Amino acid sequence: MLRYRVIPLVLLDGYSVVKTIQFDIRRNQGNPIVVSRIYNSRNVDELILLDIDASKENRGIDLHTVEAVASECFMPLTVGGGLKTCEEISRTLEAGADKVSLNSVIFDNPEFVREAVSVFGSQCIVASIDIKRSKDSTYLLYSHANKPITFTLDEYLKFLIDSKVGEILLNSVDLDGKMCGYDYELIEYVSSSTDIPIIAAGGAACPSDCSKAVKAGASAVAAASIFHFTSHTPQLCKQAMFEEGIPVRL
Amino acid sequence: MITVINIKIGNIASVSRALTYLNIPHVVANDPKVVSRAEKLIFPGVGNFFEAVTRLKSSGLDEVLKKRVLQDKVPILGICLGMQLFATYGEEGGGCEGLNFIRGNIVYHRAKQQGLRLPHIGWNNVRTDGLKIFDAIPDDTCFYFVHSYEIVPSEAVKAAYSNYGVDFVAAVQKDHIIGVQFHPEKSQEGGLRLLKNFCEEKF
Repeated sequence: MLRYRVIPLVLLDGYSVVKTIQFDIRRNQGNPIVVSRIYNSRNVDELILLDIDASKENRGIDLHTVEAVASECFMPLTVGGGLKTCEEISRTLEAGADKVSLNSVIFDNPEFVREAVSVFGSQCIVASIDIKRSKDSTYLLYSHANKPITFTLDEYLKFLIDSKVGEILLNSVDLDGKMCGYDYELIEYVSSSTDIPIIAAGGAACPSDCSKAVKAGASAVAAASIFHFTSHTPQLCKQAMFEEGIPVRL
Repeated sequence: MITVINIKIGNIASVSRALTYLNIPHVVANDPKVVSRAEKLIFPGVGNFFEAVTRLKSSGLDEVLKKRVLQDKVPILGICLGMQLFATYGEEGGGCEGLNFIRGNIVYHRAKQQGLRLPHIGWNNVRTDGLKIFDAIPDDTCFYFVHSYEIVPSEAVKAAYSNYGVDFVAAVQKDHIIGVQFHPEKSQEGGLRLLKNFCEEKF
């Protein structure tokens, strides 16, 4: 039976791990290699490493960091940040990534997603979506690089399904770092709109939030603050999920 | 020397790093000349079947692999797409012939017909069914999978199964030809042990 995954998110500002609140206020969490080493020793299911400034600063994620993190981890590693060409994806995979996460580039050059899927396969391509609710609670796509976005969420999801991306990393900008639970309505809305596995992110504060996200339709839950700022570990989250009858790898 | 085949679309670094961690000497190669000297082959894979076949053909690796594996009986471990390329035919990317080491087809995972999400991504337990490659690995150990297609063999081969909507082949062995659908290099302890088994035992 397939297990639901709990995935620590490691966000970089180039070289340091940072944790944001609503994509804005930042706290430095130290060295990504040390952080990843701890997660590996805790036998986590998977790791996601994202450089959240790469696209904005028009550069790629530092491949030496990717390589150093990869040499510490014998679990799946998803890497994202400023990837714009198949050549860059290729280099990122060679540095040790198993999957790549694409975000800003999809707004700039939607066709690139299809190209990436055709070269590397669906399973290698994760589309990262950031959602910010408008005042009337409509889901709006959010661009890190402050680019104008022509897609609505529904159009965007349809586009991603047609492009055959392997997974969707669904992040709530409003709840990012707030530690008051995931946006379950959003998870339910997106997961019921597509067959693509959803990794929910943004807002987890305690293990029961992970269970709720799965029940809302997520195939995996990603989190950062809960692991940086509380005593909850990925293993504790999985234990709690297991007790609620959710299959996990313990 | 153990040779890891690199057709530039696989997750070569992950496999190489795992072997390094296990202190297993190996080379990574896409040069048919190097591959033709290999004592054991590991064929890792992340990518599209059609694209991979195209690259195998254009580099001349397809002929070298057929000679080394079928004539010289060099043991080979295919991982994910690497394993799928052993099949006669693959649907992905428009459909084309594979290396035909194992008679069978690569088809879109039948879990789709059960209404399950694809790709099949994540950790799933494998019924190891006494396959030698799983020596010293407990039955029902979880391994990491990420794939949308599966192998359906059309000849009698040894197989270990996992379940995602349907029982599907998680590992297959035909004499010295071994394939795993999951990623041992990404499956923590159990996966590392499987790589060690392939490298150190006789197949």
